[in-house]
Amino acid sequence: STGVAGGNDFQWCFSQVKGAIDEDVAEADIISTVEFNYSGELLATGDKGGRVVIFQHEQESKNRPHLRGEYNVYSTFQSHEPEFDYLKSLEIEEKINKIRWLPQQNAAHFLLSTNDKTIKLWKISERDKRAEGYNLKDEDGRLRDPFRITSLRVPVLMPMDLMVEASPRRIFANAHTYHINSISVNSDHETYLSADDLRINLWHLEITDRSFIFEEPEDPSSRSFFSEIISSISDVKFSHSGRYMMTRDYLSVKVWDLNMENRPVETYQVHEYLRSKLCSLYENDCIFDKFECCWNGSDSAIMTGSYNNFFRMFDRNTRRDITLEASRESSKPRATLKPRKVSTGGKRKKDEISVDSLDFNKKILHTAWHPKDNVIAVAATNNLYIFQDKIN
Amino acid sequence: MSATTAMEVNAEARRILAVSISKLYASRTQRGGLRLHRSLLLSMVMRSARDIYHSSRECEGPSEAQPAQEEPMDTSSSLEEQTGLPEPAQPEPQPTLNSTELPPEEPDSAEEDSDSEITEDKENLSPTRQSRKRRGKVSAAPDFLPSKRARLEPGEERYAAPLGSCRAGAGESLTALSLNRVIPAF
Repeated sequence: STGVAGGNDFQWCFSQVKGAIDEDVAEADIISTVEFNYSGELLATGDKGGRVVIFQHEQESKNRPHLRGEYNVYSTFQSHEPEFDYLKSLEIEEKINKIRWLPQQNAAHFLLSTNDKTIKLWKISERDKRAEGYNLKDEDGRLRDPFRITSLRVPVLMPMDLMVEASPRRIFANAHTYHINSISVNSDHETYLSADDLRINLWHLEITDRSFIFEEPEDPSSRSFFSEIISSISDVKFSHSGRYMMTRDYLSVKVWDLNMENRPVETYQVHEYLRSKLCSLYENDCIFDKFECCWNGSDSAIMTGSYNNFFRMFDRNTRRDITLEASRESSKPRATLKPRKVSTGGKRKKDEISVDSLDFNKKILHTAWHPKDNVIAVAATNNLYIFQDKIN
Repeated sequence: MSATTAMEVNAEARRILAVSISKLYASRTQRGGLRLHRSLLLSMVMRSARDIYHSSRECEGPSEAQPAQEEPMDTSSSLEEQTGLPEPAQPEPQPTLNSTELPPEEPDSAEEDSDSEITEDKENLSPTRQSRKRRGKVSAAPDFLPSKRARLEPGEERYAAPLGSCRAGAGESLTALSLNRVIPAF
């Protein structure tokens, strides 16, 4: 069957974009993490200002059943505030490094959000009723004079406008010496890992007695000043099946079979044309950018970001790949995304963009793929783009 | 590797070292504090630049297998510079330390011109004429850069490089001062 990357029958089209259009981007609004929940109904983003915004997928409207529903704001809350560590005399950034959802077990939703130092467990619950007719207090909350109460009544639950509340249930602080870069929920739904640059903490301890190291030997012919930096892994993701693992380094994405740790089974070049520009990318710090990667629901395709607001998809079955762009220009409703191409040779074709024209300030570091459908969320600085497959 | 290519690689290695040092200094003031992983990556780039700098210098002279030098850093060339000992067996003069220490204030400025300028001078100078003054656009050493003579760690001792060895160059002292000093700073 045709894949999601470059197949003739498959096309991605624009669905929504969230965030201000203003060219002058406030640093606090820069999106730092994107995550669908297990059902895909909720989509959470975290930003540099410590804020979490959760979007909810609205059901398809009865009037226009042929359109897939949209994601609208469900809840917004301030997860982390800037702090100051007086002992070390340094400021702790409020930037949300990662959000991870817990599987839903009751009506409420739970997620973990973390900055550099503190992980918080948030409970997001809906309230659509409130009790009215208390005996001891007025409707506005003031205590009634007990001597004035002459009769008893049973409070009644009355419907109210839906209110979504977020409350911190647990705060895991002071557990990491270095900066927390990732968290991961275990499949037992009771334990989770948090990792900083040196150590991994396991919360609600569970004993594991074996570990494997996945490492590919370095190709000596491609050695350069920056070999270590570009081979440094910026993201790891298990496949939904649990059989594979994907790693992202600066120039490529690699798929590993968990049964074979000596080399990856698949390697995909994301932007190989940057290899000759590593020195400049080192000077402007772009070489330190940490790109993420993600699987689609069936593990048949993988997606990762690049520069110039480009993002790439690779279909593992058809071996095709596609480059798309998240831009305001292609943000017309249901507009089909046109494949983009970076010209690497001397001759630049029409519609191609040369490497030197790429905007390295427009980087797509965070992407997420709906766990079931062909819906993707792509964070471009302070905007969240949502794309979906074309419904005929 | 041809002599010209070795020279280019040499200049690039020095430039990358300078950029790396300035990044390390700048990272001390960034919000959120020092990032361990990034600092480690910076130090790895500096080590790569140092290794490639050495091997490019090897290609300029008679090719010899160079043993991997980690600790202790060879500070012999500093000693020789200050006492003015000539090394007639050396095919080229030792470059001054100043030419490779660039102020952190201009990490991204085009270093090509000053580097190639300095390289030209270095190639043509005879050992007895070399000046200890900083050349090029840089006129004064910032006071937070390490002094030219590396302070010995307890247990280390200075030793003279064997005569006739083209391995003993300011490459080692560059290493001694840049890496040995900067990394322990945090």
